[in-house]
Amino acid sequence: MEIKKGSRLRNFHQAKWDEEVLFELHTPGERGMHIDQADAAIVDVVGDGLSSLPESLRRTAPPAFPEVGQMRITKHFLRLSQHTLGGDFNVDIGQGTCTVKYNPKINEVVARSPKAARIHPHQDESTVQGALEVIHNMDLIFREISGMDRFTLQPSSGSHAILVMASVMQKYHEVNGESHRDELITTIFSHPSDAAAAAVKGYKIITIYPDERGFPDLEALKAAVGPKMAGLFITNPEDIGIFNPRIDEFTKVVHDAGGLCGYDQANANGILGVTRAREAGFDLCFFNLHKTFGAPHGCGGPAAGAMGVVKKLEPFLPVPLVDKIDDRYTMNFDLPHTIGKTRQFWGVFPVILKSYAWIMSLGAEGLKEVSRIAVLNNNYLLKHITDIDGADSPYPGGLRRIEQVRYTWKKLFDETGIGTHDITLRMADFGFHLWSSHHPFVVPEPFTVEPTESYSKAELDEYLDGLRHVAEEARTEPETVKGAPYRSVVHQIDESWMDDPEKWAVTWRTYLKKHVNK
Amino acid sequence: MKFHERQVHPYIPNSAPATKAAMMKEIGIEDIDELYEDIPSHLRFKGEMNLPKALTSELALKRHMDGILGKNVSVDEKISFLGGGCSNHYVPAIVDEVINRSEFLTAYAGEPYEDHGRFQVLFEYQSLMAELLDFDVVNVPTYDWGQAAATSIRMAERITGRGTVLVADTISPDRLSIIRNYCHPVMQVVLVGHDNTSGQIDMGSLKGNLSGDVAALYFENPAYTGVLEENGQVIADELHANGSLMIVGLDPLSASVIKPPSQYGADIACGDIQSLGNHMHFGGTLAGFIATRDEERFVMEYPSRLFGIAKTSVEGEWGFSDVAYDRTSFGVREKGKEFVGTAAALWGISSAVYLSLLGPQGITELGQTIIQRSLYTQKRLSELKGVKLRFTSATFKECVVDFSGTGKTVVEINKLLLEKGIFGGKDLTEEMPGLPQCALYAVTEMHGQAEIDALAAALKSVLA
Repeated sequence: MEIKKGSRLRNFHQAKWDEEVLFELHTPGERGMHIDQADAAIVDVVGDGLSSLPESLRRTAPPAFPEVGQMRITKHFLRLSQHTLGGDFNVDIGQGTCTVKYNPKINEVVARSPKAARIHPHQDESTVQGALEVIHNMDLIFREISGMDRFTLQPSSGSHAILVMASVMQKYHEVNGESHRDELITTIFSHPSDAAAAAVKGYKIITIYPDERGFPDLEALKAAVGPKMAGLFITNPEDIGIFNPRIDEFTKVVHDAGGLCGYDQANANGILGVTRAREAGFDLCFFNLHKTFGAPHGCGGPAAGAMGVVKKLEPFLPVPLVDKIDDRYTMNFDLPHTIGKTRQFWGVFPVILKSYAWIMSLGAEGLKEVSRIAVLNNNYLLKHITDIDGADSPYPGGLRRIEQVRYTWKKLFDETGIGTHDITLRMADFGFHLWSSHHPFVVPEPFTVEPTESYSKAELDEYLDGLRHVAEEARTEPETVKGAPYRSVVHQIDESWMDDPEKWAVTWRTYLKKHVNK
Repeated sequence: MKFHERQVHPYIPNSAPATKAAMMKEIGIEDIDELYEDIPSHLRFKGEMNLPKALTSELALKRHMDGILGKNVSVDEKISFLGGGCSNHYVPAIVDEVINRSEFLTAYAGEPYEDHGRFQVLFEYQSLMAELLDFDVVNVPTYDWGQAAATSIRMAERITGRGTVLVADTISPDRLSIIRNYCHPVMQVVLVGHDNTSGQIDMGSLKGNLSGDVAALYFENPAYTGVLEENGQVIADELHANGSLMIVGLDPLSASVIKPPSQYGADIACGDIQSLGNHMHFGGTLAGFIATRDEERFVMEYPSRLFGIAKTSVEGEWGFSDVAYDRTSFGVREKGKEFVGTAAALWGISSAVYLSLLGPQGITELGQTIIQRSLYTQKRLSELKGVKLRFTSATFKECVVDFSGTGKTVVEINKLLLEKGIFGGKDLTEEMPGLPQCALYAVTEMHGQAEIDALAAALKSVLA
């Protein structure tokens, strides 16, 4: 398995500490920190405090946390960080649809500043003018990027922005006396949350599948619209990377039937300054600040969404919006048809702040260059990945791909029995991540690669070598692939505990109950 | 000249002219515009985005950001008594050290192999929270307490097949608004009143609203008003006799010294972990938890990720993976339980580090000192003429201070306090019915005798 010198692949080995689960480090009497005790004068007045509580309210035994000294705790969590392959370390382009890109360090420094980190959401407006200015400016910036008329920065993520879109759409129809509109249309290559978050709001979901060229089927859409249809939530380009050139016909069909159109722009990395929600006829759209706009993903959040609407939907947005009156920024709670609050306080401020800094570094021309290079990188990979024996991109027909491509290992799988799952595990041996989740498998043995603008050609070539190497191994030494990983943190995981209620253990205490103290 | 012809931005390496040319040649194009040829002209944006001039040097960007943030005043520069769902607690240095590690900060959704550490640390977060709450199952964090409460209620709807939720009206107004939106139009939300003296749930109102359609009662304990509910077990018995579930929302820090909801009959507990090792960030570091017993009928209704421990092919090696993944919308779209996506995992990591550092003794001492400082504050404020505590019950961290007898409004009082360097408590006049000229004061371990005495002195002078 040693890589011959001259290859661009690395003789990688991830850190492997065989680190204990925290609870195994328990040593009675050790302390991780001391608490600043109340001043003697306070104790003189109120005593121990606890006896003021009614007996029935008092906790009788402290939580059974492990007792561990400070250095060992530090070491424990730093080792676990080394057991995590962050985007800063690898060529993180195998997480297609998620736009994993460079997260500039300066933005972290800014966000950690006490002036950002140590402000309370209910401070007097005069003491948070800077924070309000950032939120207001982001509204203005996203109006320019999308052509929409007003943005809320309150959504906590992309999926949450979909929920907010569905809520605004529903309230709009209700105010117009059309609360009977309870069907929502989406496509199979739009994010699962376009269907799932709308369903939370009581919508019946109609899913459109692609035609033979890979476009969402316009005829199927025409058959689906009607008096019960509330609207359409759709991505473009969809997750397979193809731009739907008739998107304005889709929005027109929906509008003609009385519906609204929501544009899922969670990933807009290929089209900044090129094409916008406005020209395509959308009424609502949203962006993920932790994807296209450069904020880090934090192991799965914090995230943030910017959700925008056309003028007629502004009165329905969540409150507050941030207005600028003369030279002062102020919160506006006075929206006549507001859906209310969708998050406590004003949005995921640290993420909004980092994205604002990212946009300010690039400006309008820089944003366009982000997209142009992301698309160039993607089409460069497309050419080389489809040259790999066993890999292909479905839906041929001479169409360009925008920022990502959904590929298939179908040919390799048919010929060798090795497909996406095995290759994903083997790629980890070379310090690469290849994502496995694209359910349902409309494209067989799928994988999605999204290079963004961040990675150099040399890094893209290195990743390509990884794919080539594993595809070749699938033919020459398939057992090696099937036994992987060998040089990652752990070896093949026994998944049998995950779906069996008798065995699953979401916490250490249930592990002890089910597997140790049976 | 256009930007990309003039400057190669540090974030975009393949803008370098020679690289770009080589890549274009390899794929057989002469202009990147060719890659957009499938986007028809009428869908193209013909104008220019009117954005501020790019600050491409890091120094210029830093100056700009410092300039904007310089207009903020942090709680370190004043004495703050603001709480109400986001509060100022001490964050140990190790917490920031860990969550600012590149590995954690820039990881996303790797497999349980290369991202083993992400899975383990969040499993440990779940495990520590389980001990704090005395429940067996805790999720990977969701957006905030409001979302956690709304999802808990929808879980109860699915578990019981009933369409009404009762909500105690001492809930935070923000969370009530979130719940109303999240339940509409699938569930009815009916408010249950409180006793005007104690601030605790009005049992008559609760019983009057119980029916065969009630999926659950949701109440907060401590309530948004800081009030502690003493009849938890009685309420649970009433609900269970009616076939309904009991959902309790809480600041988990209160479970340091207060009996957790699982110990007085709750079926689901939820709340926010901002108080467990997270800075405030203008309210941007909220993260919600949902906790239940380890029963299949509960576990299978979670929309969130649940990380479980596993064995691997090597004896003695710990592995981790997703428990019951097929219930999620990742697996089955709208047929999944609500929806799941990127939420607030990093704040789960901070809380894991924080709870580890506290240990059983630390968290008990912390809860105690918060109660002591709160009591001292309450005593000092009630000595002031015209000022009284609005409710008679025991509280944790927050309490409602009634200024209606002072002849001044909370708006006026807070303005004068600000001039004296104090952020007074949140004005409840507009947002909570029945609490005119009342303010919500939060006291934590950050408030020593000096700060509390300073508040009392400032109020005395303001009210004179």
